[in-house]
Amino acid sequence: MEKFNSLTGVAAPLPLINTDTDMIIPKQFLKTIKRTGLGVNLFSEMRYKDDGSEKPDFILNQKAYRDTQVLVAGENFGCGSSREHAPWAINDFGIKCIIAPSFADIFYNNCFKNGILPIVLPPEEVDVLMKDAEKGSNARISIDLETQTVTSSEGVAFNFKVDPFRKHCLMNGLDDIDLTLEKQTSIQNFEQQAAVSRPWV
Amino acid sequence: MSSKTLYDKIWNDHVAHEADDGTCLLYIDRHLVHEVTSPQAFEGLRVAGRSVHAPDKTIAVPDHNVPTTLDRQKGIDNEESRIQVETLDKNAEDFGIHYYPVDDIRQGIVHIVGPEQGWTLPGMTVVCGDSHTATHGAFGALAHGIGTSEVEHVLATQTLIQKKSKNMKVEVTGKLKAGVTAKDITLTVIGQTGTAGGTGYVIEYSGEAIRSLSMEGRMTVCNMAIEGGARAGLIAPDEKTFEYCKGRPHAPKGAAWETAELYWKTLFSDKDAVFDKVLTIKGEDIAPVVTWGTSPEDVLPVTATVPRPEDFEGGKVEAVKRSLEYMGLIPGMPLSEVKIDTVFIGSCTNGRIEDLRAAAEVLRGKKVKDGLRCMIVPGSGLVRAQAEEEGLAEIFLNAGFEWRLAGCSMCLAMNPDQLSPGERCAATSNRNFEGRQGRGGRTHLMSPAMAAAASLTGYLTDIRKLKHN
Repeated sequence: MEKFNSLTGVAAPLPLINTDTDMIIPKQFLKTIKRTGLGVNLFSEMRYKDDGSEKPDFILNQKAYRDTQVLVAGENFGCGSSREHAPWAINDFGIKCIIAPSFADIFYNNCFKNGILPIVLPPEEVDVLMKDAEKGSNARISIDLETQTVTSSEGVAFNFKVDPFRKHCLMNGLDDIDLTLEKQTSIQNFEQQAAVSRPWV
Repeated sequence: MSSKTLYDKIWNDHVAHEADDGTCLLYIDRHLVHEVTSPQAFEGLRVAGRSVHAPDKTIAVPDHNVPTTLDRQKGIDNEESRIQVETLDKNAEDFGIHYYPVDDIRQGIVHIVGPEQGWTLPGMTVVCGDSHTATHGAFGALAHGIGTSEVEHVLATQTLIQKKSKNMKVEVTGKLKAGVTAKDITLTVIGQTGTAGGTGYVIEYSGEAIRSLSMEGRMTVCNMAIEGGARAGLIAPDEKTFEYCKGRPHAPKGAAWETAELYWKTLFSDKDAVFDKVLTIKGEDIAPVVTWGTSPEDVLPVTATVPRPEDFEGGKVEAVKRSLEYMGLIPGMPLSEVKIDTVFIGSCTNGRIEDLRAAAEVLRGKKVKDGLRCMIVPGSGLVRAQAEEEGLAEIFLNAGFEWRLAGCSMCLAMNPDQLSPGERCAATSNRNFEGRQGRGGRTHLMSPAMAAAASLTGYLTDIRKLKHN
C-alpha cells in the first residue's frame, strides 16, 4: 500500500450530503477485474453529459480543480455499497484525502486500505475548509498525519482524530495481511477451541 | 458476570486476538463471495502466493452480472460481465471453494442462497463483499459487508481486523396493521434515524412486531440496516429461526444439531443489557410507505404529499431540491398521483418466496395496467422452482409480468435489466440513489404488495385502498 504522511494540495468543495457510492463510481464501471484505471470514471454521471463530454460546471471539470488532491465534502460521504471501486477511483484520480463531518462505515474502512486518509472534523470546521476550498487552486490545504493537523490556505489549523493502528499502517504503507499472518498462532488456537465449542461451524 | 447484548456475546465468541489498543482479529465463520468484488482479491492471493485459509467456510455464487432472461444458457453478451463471471468460475475451481455456478438451480442472489442452503446459522460471523450482507443478521448472526481488500484479508486469514461497534436497539412494539409489512418497518426506521443514524452501531431489532415476523420478513428488516448506516442488524434467534434452519443442506444434523441449538438458545440480549442508543417505534403507527427522493431516508406514508425543501434543515435542503428535480416531483403533489412506468419485484431485500406470495395475492386474476413494464425476478433458482410449484408463476404471467431467472437484476442494473433516463419504477429493492437502476432512472422503494398494487393502477398505490375496493 502507498504510504501517506503529509500533503499540500488543491482542495475541491463538494458540499452535497449523502454522496453515495453509486455517485462516486456507477455500477457500469464495477465490471473491471483490476483496481486501476477508474479515475476517469470518478463521479461519472455528475461529471459527464450523455454524449460523454464534460459538464463544465461540475467542480472537478473546472480548471482550478483539475489537480485536486483533497476533497472537502458534506456529511455521510460514501454511503451505500461496499464497492472498493469507490476509493480506487478516488485514488486513481489523484485524491489522497477526504475531509467531511462524517463518513459511511464501509467506505471509511476501505479508504485506509488504499492509502487514502479520510478525516472527520466538526461541521463548523469543515465549513471553514469548504469556504477555503471554494477559492480554487490558490487555496492549497495542508494535511499532516504525524501531527494530525489540517491547515487551511490562510493558516487556520484544526486537529483531527485517527485510530493509532490505522495511522501507523498508513504512515508506513503496511499490508494488513502480513500483519495478521504474524498472529497466525492466535488464529490456529482460536480454530482449535472453536472446533470443540462450536463444532457445527 | 455483567450483562451483555446479543452483539457483545457473538463478538466475544469470535475474538481470535486482541491488541492492547482494542484492535481485534475477529474470526469469520462464513465468507460469501460474488463475482463483482472478488476478482482483485483472488488476484492478490495469486500475486502473493497465498491460498484460501478456510475453503470449506467460503461460498461463492455469481449474481450481480448474470442475465435473468430465459435464454441465459446462451451466455452473457456483455464482454466485461462475462469475464467477471468466468473469473469467478475459475477462482472457485482454483482455490477449491464451494460454488453454485450460473446453471445450478441453487444459484441466486448470494444473500438468499446463504440462508437457503443452511450456510447462515445463528451466532455466526458472516461477511461478504457486499453491503447487504446485513441480511443474515436475521438469524442472530453478526453479518456485514466488507471491501475487496478485506475480502482478500478474509480469504488469506479467515479473520478481519476490527474494532467493536456500539450497541443500538430498535424496538418495534405491538402489532402491525393490515397492509403493513417488514419492508414498511425497515423503511420507517430509516426514515426516522436517517441514513447515518446507525453509523458506528450494530442495531438489534426487537419488540413484538419484529418477533411476529417470519424469517423472511426478518431478513428484509436486517437487509436494510446498512441503509441506516449501521455496521450490521441483528435479531435474536428463536423457535422460528431454528425451524427455518432445520434440515437445510449445510445445517447441523442429529447430535450436532442438539448441541448447536443449546448454544443458540443463549443468544439474546440479557434483560439489563445496556444499549448506547435506543429507538422505539409503535408497530400500530407504521403505515405502508414509499420513498419519494434519492436517499433511502426519504420515506413517507403513501397517503402523504411530496415534501418541500424548506421543510428540512441544513444540507438536506439542497439535497431535497436536487432529489426533487432528479425525481421530477413537485412539492405538495399527493404521492398517490405519481405515475409509474415500470415495476420491479425482486432483490436480496424482497426476492424470497413470501415476497412472491404477497405479490401474487394482489395480482391473482388481475391484469397489469396497459403500457407498464413489469418484471418479477426470484432471488434464487429454488425460489423460482417453488413459485412455479405453488402456481405463483402462472398468476404473474397471466397478469402480464415477465417471470425471470434468479439474479440481482434491476436492483443495481449491472446486467441488461435497467431503467432508461426518466423512467419511473416501483421497486422492492433497497436503494433509490441517482442512477442506481440505470442512468436517469427514478426509483420508488416499497413492499412487494405495494409494488404489485402499483402495477395494477399505474400509480403509487395504497395497498389498503386497493384491497378495500
